[in-house]
Amino acid sequence: MDGSHASGSKVAAADGPGTQRTQYPYVTGTSIIALKYKDGVIMASDTGASYGSTLRYKSVERIKAVGKHSLIGASGEYSDFQEILRYLDELTLSDHMWDDGNSLGPKEIHSYLTRVMYNRRNKFDPLWNSLVLGGVKKGPKGEEKYLGMVNMIGTHFEENHIATGFGNHLAIPILRAEWREDMTFEEAVKLVEKCLLVLLYRDRSSINKFQIAKITTEGATIYPPYSLKTYWGFSAFENPSQGAVGSW
Amino acid sequence: MTGAMDLPPKGGFSYDYCRRNAMLADKGLKMPGFLKTGTTIVGLVFQDGVVLGADTRATEGPIVADKNCEKIHFMAPNIYCCGAGTAADTEAVTDMVSSQLQLHRYATGRESRVVTALTLLKSHLFSYQGHVSAALVLGGVDVTGPHLHTVYPHGSTDTLPFATMGSGSLAAMSVFESQYKEGLTREEGIKLVADAIRAGIFNDLGSGSNVDVCVITKGKTEYLRNHQLPNPRTYASSKGYSFTKGQTEVLYTKITQLKPKVEVTEGDAMEE
Repeated sequence: MDGSHASGSKVAAADGPGTQRTQYPYVTGTSIIALKYKDGVIMASDTGASYGSTLRYKSVERIKAVGKHSLIGASGEYSDFQEILRYLDELTLSDHMWDDGNSLGPKEIHSYLTRVMYNRRNKFDPLWNSLVLGGVKKGPKGEEKYLGMVNMIGTHFEENHIATGFGNHLAIPILRAEWREDMTFEEAVKLVEKCLLVLLYRDRSSINKFQIAKITTEGATIYPPYSLKTYWGFSAFENPSQGAVGSW
Repeated sequence: MTGAMDLPPKGGFSYDYCRRNAMLADKGLKMPGFLKTGTTIVGLVFQDGVVLGADTRATEGPIVADKNCEKIHFMAPNIYCCGAGTAADTEAVTDMVSSQLQLHRYATGRESRVVTALTLLKSHLFSYQGHVSAALVLGGVDVTGPHLHTVYPHGSTDTLPFATMGSGSLAAMSVFESQYKEGLTREEGIKLVADAIRAGIFNDLGSGSNVDVCVITKGKTEYLRNHQLPNPRTYASSKGYSFTKGQTEVLYTKITQLKPKVEVTEGDAMEE
């Protein structure tokens, strides 16, 4: 549940004179898709941010690298995502200053974000996002891939494939049917593009400009934006009311 | 000659009781709930005709009321209709239009056309202003070829190469959007429909149980009831339940003869 639809539910308003809690999101990003593959985690989103029903921003990066080992993707209120990035900057900076040879891995960052989101929710002032956290870090069993999600009310879990927003309804069925352990990068991109295309067709707030990012032991790579080819050539689309007057 | 087609149907939603119902609801009256069909229903056009599919779960709020209901309704020998929404509404409206089509066939002496069913359904639903909660996927093959339409509760219709409706429609649509192409063979069509319904069954809580499929081609219709049963009843042991004699310890046995306690008499037959 996130703010892909503009008028989210109204939450308890005033707390004291002049103070207000977050009531609904304004500038929102739509779905994020992520899945584990052989070398790490792949994450994808479109680059649009809507202001209600207007497509206000068309070149927005909703996936960012965090530290050395992780990627974070966010759907929902964009300003809250920017605030979360600032918190993560502070976190990674103080971690770096310890200079102890250790760096925060995806599991730790996910845990930190969960605490932040849940605490804000308990104050009735949520950060209106669904965050996807993916990464690879060396653990006791070797290179361990991690992929998890946390949303605005603090619900968090770990999975092999994640989708937020409309992706929950449109992409998860495809991912559940077609995800396999140890996919190659090409196979993973194909599967992700399959989901992105369905979202492009059926989610009104998505745009045809996508970014794919991957995180492996070598580090994070965010690829430049590109478009997918759509197909509109069905014969029924050509003249729908030919056989049935009044039908679209 | 009078028939169902001659006069425009009277009726439509009557607003007479709306004020009274609102007043009663204010006073605390709880309106009776509806048996909804939750549902994933789909249809697609393949090279020789149309394939319709549906799940078989009927829900009443959070409870599964019917584990194996039939959501693919007969309209004409060459036209079938899947229904989502309120079960009574889909059943009644498809039954009614099916009867109207039969009378029309007798009157015209011809095979029914899909657009006829479409027009009858949409004009009925429109006149009830959306209060008849029936969302339908109508498909069939007639002299003009294969047709697939969706009908919404307010009476609008679409003509589509592939369609999904119901609470599981997004899950099923994701399967169609990623895998549908024109000119599918019969086997490919059935497989794609079954895949889409299974996506609804496993990813949507309002849909479940089994997959029903109906294949309509020129001159032939095959209703494959329970084409797939992906949710079989499971038992703790693979042999099911079996209790051998002696498994339960018998503490004591007491046999009471009923004959001396019950008086058996001959009597007269009951008066009609």
